[in-house]
Amino acid sequence: MFITNTETVPGKNIIDCFGVVSGSTVRAKHVGRDIMAGIKNVFGGELRGYTELLNESRDEAINRMKAQATEMGANAIVNVRFSTSSVAAGAAEIYVYGTAVRVE
Amino acid sequence: MIPFIGFLTLLLLGYVFGRWAEQRHFHSIAAREQQWVSLPNSNNRELLIPMQQIDKAELVCGSVVISIDYFKRLLAMLRSIVGGPVASYETLLDRARREALLRMKEQCTGAVQIINIRVETSSIHNAAGNGIGSVELLAYGTAIYGKAVDEVQQLSALTSAAN
Repeated sequence: MFITNTETVPGKNIIDCFGVVSGSTVRAKHVGRDIMAGIKNVFGGELRGYTELLNESRDEAINRMKAQATEMGANAIVNVRFSTSSVAAGAAEIYVYGTAVRVE
Repeated sequence: MIPFIGFLTLLLLGYVFGRWAEQRHFHSIAAREQQWVSLPNSNNRELLIPMQQIDKAELVCGSVVISIDYFKRLLAMLRSIVGGPVASYETLLDRARREALLRMKEQCTGAVQIINIRVETSSIHNAAGNGIGSVELLAYGTAIYGKAVDEVQQLSALTSAAN
């Protein structure tokens, strides 16, 4: 599965287009991580727990999008964009969307 | 009296460790940016360097969550009374963006170029709502692997076009 955020897959020709596919995850803060983040907030610096959480939820969203594209019979996703929104206090959504296509 | 001492301790801890951590982070960023300076990257959609042969094109991402220290948060609060540029948040955002871009580049060793780079700011917790001043940065782009057109070919193509 080719995934790019440009209009085409460079070096390949698009032969079929299936439409928009998307994937999303909603993640919430974790109590243990929250306490650590509270301590980190005094000293400043990277909140590694949250970085991991962000990475995991991003990969999960991409996987869901991939699954949807595979179901349609696509072998590439182009023009991928990320978007985030906060649903409630302490929870946020990461949303990824793109166009499922078939390349040669 | 005791809450006041606690407050002062937090302030001092934030000042000393926050400053130290920030300086160390900026040094590390500068060193790693030097290392990656030779990798062409742009936020254009087109290829930056003409390619002879493309082996692979893939999405690469880099993300980071960084928080501000206690002392700087107080400075920012004081700043919001009089208004003007809030330097303590400017440096926070600056190092978070640069770190996210560097992490993205570190994902794609062997790539010829990265195109169509986008930077997205996300938030897990509302910074203003609960007073936790942290930012989450996500940088992503398309890494191109393969073989670039070498300079000799490029020159001959240019001269033949001119003739």
